[in-house]
Amino acid sequence: MINQPDFQLSRNAFGRLVFISPDGQTQEGVVAVRAFPIAAPDQGIALLDTQGHELVWIECLGDLPDELRTLIEAELGSREFMPEIKRILGVSSFATPCTWQVETDRGVTAFILKGEENIRRLTPPALLITESHGIHFLIRDRFALDHHSRKILDRFL
Amino acid sequence: MQPTPSTSALPSAWSAQVESYLADGENVLAWLETDLDVQLHFASGLLVVTNLRLLSRSSTDAPWQDWIYRQGMMLTRRDHSGIGNLELTDTDSLLACWRYTLSNNLAAGRLLEHFLQQLGHHLTGELPLSPEHILCPKCQSVLDAPLPPGQEECALCSKEMYTPPSTWTLFRLWRFARPYKWRLLAGFLLTLGSTAATLVPPYMTMPLMDNVLIPYQNGKPIDTDLVTLYLSGLFGAALLAWMLGWARTYVLALVSERIGADLRTATYEHLLKLSQEYFGGKRTGDLMARIGSETDRINIFISLHLLDFATDVLMIAMTAAILVSINPWLALVTLLPLPIIAWLIHVVRDKLRTGFEKVDRIWAEVTNVLADTIPGMRVVKAFAQEKREAARFRATNQHNLEVNDRVNKIWSLFTPTVTLLTEIGLLVVWIFGIWQVSENAITVGVLTAFLAYISRFYLRLDSMSRIVSFTQKAAAGTKRIFEILDQTSSVPEPANPAHLPSVTGRIELRGVGFRYGTRSVTRDISIVIEPGEMVGLVGHSGSGKSTLVNLICRFYDVTEGAILIDGVDIRSLPVAEYRKHVGLVLQEPFLFFGTIAENIAYGKPEATRAEIVAAARAAHAHEFILRLPHGYDSLAGERGQALSGGERQRISIARALLIDPRILILDEATSSVDTATEKEIQKALDNLVRGRTTIAIAHRLSTLRGADRLIVLDRGSIVEVGNHAELMARAGHYYNLYQAQARNVDTEDDLHRQDIALKTEEARI
Repeated sequence: MINQPDFQLSRNAFGRLVFISPDGQTQEGVVAVRAFPIAAPDQGIALLDTQGHELVWIECLGDLPDELRTLIEAELGSREFMPEIKRILGVSSFATPCTWQVETDRGVTAFILKGEENIRRLTPPALLITESHGIHFLIRDRFALDHHSRKILDRFL
Repeated sequence: MQPTPSTSALPSAWSAQVESYLADGENVLAWLETDLDVQLHFASGLLVVTNLRLLSRSSTDAPWQDWIYRQGMMLTRRDHSGIGNLELTDTDSLLACWRYTLSNNLAAGRLLEHFLQQLGHHLTGELPLSPEHILCPKCQSVLDAPLPPGQEECALCSKEMYTPPSTWTLFRLWRFARPYKWRLLAGFLLTLGSTAATLVPPYMTMPLMDNVLIPYQNGKPIDTDLVTLYLSGLFGAALLAWMLGWARTYVLALVSERIGADLRTATYEHLLKLSQEYFGGKRTGDLMARIGSETDRINIFISLHLLDFATDVLMIAMTAAILVSINPWLALVTLLPLPIIAWLIHVVRDKLRTGFEKVDRIWAEVTNVLADTIPGMRVVKAFAQEKREAARFRATNQHNLEVNDRVNKIWSLFTPTVTLLTEIGLLVVWIFGIWQVSENAITVGVLTAFLAYISRFYLRLDSMSRIVSFTQKAAAGTKRIFEILDQTSSVPEPANPAHLPSVTGRIELRGVGFRYGTRSVTRDISIVIEPGEMVGLVGHSGSGKSTLVNLICRFYDVTEGAILIDGVDIRSLPVAEYRKHVGLVLQEPFLFFGTIAENIAYGKPEATRAEIVAAARAAHAHEFILRLPHGYDSLAGERGQALSGGERQRISIARALLIDPRILILDEATSSVDTATEKEIQKALDNLVRGRTTIAIAHRLSTLRGADRLIVLDRGSIVEVGNHAELMARAGHYYNLYQAQARNVDTEDDLHRQDIALKTEEARI
């Protein structure tokens, strides 16, 4: 079901999102956030103004017209950063803190794991690794990793 | 072109490229290596500020882009969930933007600063301020205060250092064993002696067999004197082994118990020195398990298993020597299975170690579930979630079982394998021995002695193989203990501390920023609080009030900027000495188990009774304390349960009064009590505040009416500063907050008071 929403959204020359509410008020620099970035990324998306107040709640991204949806998806894509680990290439040591070399959906990188407690178990089989600067790395299904990666990961669980 | 210090610091992959692109007389002033592209993929790029323009390249082979300084240009820095964002705009549109992870945040800040200076210079002709900044010698970041002498890196650098602990963790226990080295040596010598004594009896079987039994079988009578001599030798050796064994076990058990106690105390002492940040990230159950059971495990390891192991090794070495001295060929055959068993032990060791580490971790997890639930029992019961909590515990236990099962699978195979090898070894010796006897190469006595020795020998190997598991468990435990001991406090003690004999209480915040994980909580806060001034921090919850107070107390260290007291950076003062000058009254006063008097004197244990009573009087706590059955000697329970919130609060005010601090911090001191009690507390607070630099946080704005100045915070920044009247007149943030509170009839129980307060305030205006 596609509903035509009662608000308008556009991108201005500064690359900011401009929101026009049903009563014609304009808000510049609107940001989009996901309410459940891991559990349900496509449901519950809010548009917030620069003060962090909610302007509109979108129940499901799929309900929006294509144009609007791509706009919001682009905005989400440029803001949210949770690389998903596809492969663990190596770790400097099995004792923490150690440096992990990983291949993610956003390219190859390295990060420092400060302690085992920074690997959080989400609803199985997902894991969330928080590196020393606070960036979250997601492992969506730890059993789907290749043998080498699983073996390394297993040492920390 | 003159190479500048910053160009020389450019990453080597970039410096040649940048230099070839620079014009004559163009200098690189600052640079930022961007590690993300615009679509947030990991990619290396470079952004450079020179004295002529802004240069950028998105990868090593992408074309250079440049922007000449011009009117209306603006570079802004933002960050969100771990990624920094730099945007270059002019008056009508976005020109470019760059992304980077926060590990490059310092470089980005430096770049921005240089960009703004250069832009200002090009537009107004104003010369950029010659950089009189103090730079950290290591990371080149700008410091807000000079480094204390003797310190070679700034707080930020040392935060970035991560070295994994060595794998030879058990040897690190030597640090704790060193004080007992003479006793340990004595223990070792006793072990040597007792082991040697136990090896005498099998040796005796050889002459017994060859000189007594076999001649008797061949028709000679038994030589009674010889038998007595041999048998008394046997008995004497057994007696000696018993005595030495007793002495050795006693001495070593004594030492190991002391090492264990030292380890526990040292770990706890170290734990107390760690910053609030560490405790924020750790769970109580885990820490308790580490200090309690891990130290105990290490202790048992040293006193029992390590001792056994030492005995075994000695035994094997001595037996091998004796066997070789009797008959080298037979010895060679006997010792053949040894390398195989050694190899087996080595293979299994690695598997077991990771297994046992896992078991430990999961065990901590089990404790954590308990530590999480038991303090929250009221909530569990109120929401009738006992079943769910039981299920959670069961699930963790199940996980524990699974991990244990996996370890046991390897472990259970290990011991029988060793036993099998032992039996095979015995078989080999029998075969070789019988053949040798038939060839008349050895006597029956020699073979008997050999068999007696190796049955002991293999028995030893078997128990030695068991040590593997204990060693691994102890090593895992040691690692977990040393994880705490290696943890450096994130509020480090200065290497060369400055001392402030007396403090006036002038607090200065210079560009203070604090980041918790990826969330930047406060940003660029600069303010000066004069001695004796009372300042109120106002703002919505989450606006950074408590963070600011935690920073001033130095529970955390600032991520950017500096906090100075009487002009001295608080990071250069010894932590304990600094905190002596700070009194803290919290929303939830914590009373320790002990008497009321002890609780009041918590910050100053040597206080006299008169001082305690005076403090209690000033805190308006004296009278209610007297009403308690045992007065000042009444016990305040684990959390002071017998006392009401207001009473506990007044005790904590008395506590702060007693240490007579120059700086006083009231963190929502009256929020958890009703208005009537608040009045009582307020009276107590008025006594406390007098003549001290006070920083008060209050949700109820009315409590701050005594403040000289109010600082209004919003989302981590200061938005307004002034006294109540000024701020009301400005009709800004504060006015809105005040109005909202005065209007909020339903939720605020002190509406009436608010109204009165409002009216009196208005009357004052």
